[in-house]
Amino acid sequence: MNALADILKSIRPEFDFTTSNDFLADGMLDSFDMIALVAALDKTYGISIEGVEVVPDHFRNLSTIAALLKKYGVAAA
Amino acid sequence: MNFSFHGGRVSGLLCVLPAREQSFLEDMKHFDFPESRSRKLMEVMGYDKHRLVESGACVSDLAVCGLQYLFDRGLLGRDDFDALILVTQSPDHFMPPTSNIIQGRLNLKQDLLCLDLNQGCAGFVIGLIEAFLLLQQESVRKVVLINADVLSRKTSPQDRNSYPLVGDAAAITVVERGQADVEIHASVKMDGTRNETLMIPAGGFRMPCTPETAALEDVGDHNLRAKDHLRMDGSAVFNFVQVEVPPLIESLLAEAGVAKDSVDYFLCHQPNRFMLQKLADKMKVPHAKIPMNVVEHFGNSSGVTIPVVTAFNLGARLTQEQFQVCFAGFGVGLTWSAMLMNLGPLPFCQMIQYPGGEQL
Repeated sequence: MNALADILKSIRPEFDFTTSNDFLADGMLDSFDMIALVAALDKTYGISIEGVEVVPDHFRNLSTIAALLKKYGVAAA
Repeated sequence: MNFSFHGGRVSGLLCVLPAREQSFLEDMKHFDFPESRSRKLMEVMGYDKHRLVESGACVSDLAVCGLQYLFDRGLLGRDDFDALILVTQSPDHFMPPTSNIIQGRLNLKQDLLCLDLNQGCAGFVIGLIEAFLLLQQESVRKVVLINADVLSRKTSPQDRNSYPLVGDAAAITVVERGQADVEIHASVKMDGTRNETLMIPAGGFRMPCTPETAALEDVGDHNLRAKDHLRMDGSAVFNFVQVEVPPLIESLLAEAGVAKDSVDYFLCHQPNRFMLQKLADKMKVPHAKIPMNVVEHFGNSSGVTIPVVTAFNLGARLTQEQFQVCFAGFGVGLTWSAMLMNLGPLPFCQMIQYPGGEQL
């Protein structure tokens, strides 16, 4: 999960993403951050997360993001 | 709803862009938002520059500039067309129709059907459908379709959901009779239950403009907007496009019996680069076949972006060559539309600046 936390930190350096279970409710990510995150994940892992997957439930915490990445064959997030 | 037309063609395209260019870096000064995050947004969405009218400029100003340019150069005869369709969400007035204002300002013939249509990002295809329907009349030989909007005038500079992407523009598309054996296919869907996804809440009869509707409100994420301003639920629009547009295009191609690979270009409405990249990936179409560079150069001018993406990327080639293209527009309504046709060679396919008419 460290790699994922680092990617998140590159988008919002002011937060520690290992301490929250709901980034959206805690005000750590907004809809534009989600888009920036998807772009960063696509680039880092050489995938293209489908547009229909860009919904809040996939970006609530490190586990939900890791589960999304797993669908694209990215296991070591 | 599916449509098919025989014996019609596009025979010219002119885009009119405001001379005033504003950069995203200037926009950023209005946002209560760290610069580093704005720069990330710029990179992902493709925001860079957009073309905006000076305050006071209206849709009819852009349209008259474009039509006069065509008349002066002999590219269109002032008496040669029998219908003038204007697709806009920013009319000069509630009444009269802005198409009539354009007719009057240019002193066009009275034997002319002037028609305003209120449509947005799907409005190029909707306008073409209307034009092809009119061409089925014996008395209509040529139609001028104008798509134009100046929505920057209704957008809050302190709303980073919409202001960085908005652009103003007009496009004049000449539509006339063509070979009877050439078929054009189109498909349109609408969902009025989602009409509030893209909206200007105040200014009509339901909510007239008042000092209260002009007051800026904090609408979250540090955005300030009034009820007089354009409101866009960005996440809902994004999801709508990804879910609805690919199947519409697939079914249009199936209806026409055309393989996806044989389409030369998918010329889509231009909301932002990220949305178009995701759309291309979902449709399994190479990015090179879906130009997505309009927002960064000119901004999103709603129904005008398809003509702009066409002229900007293919303008010179379209005067010499023919391409099989699929236009796709999606937005306010909600409305989503697509049209498959052979486009070119065109006598003209260019872009000019307002005011002045200099070529871009």
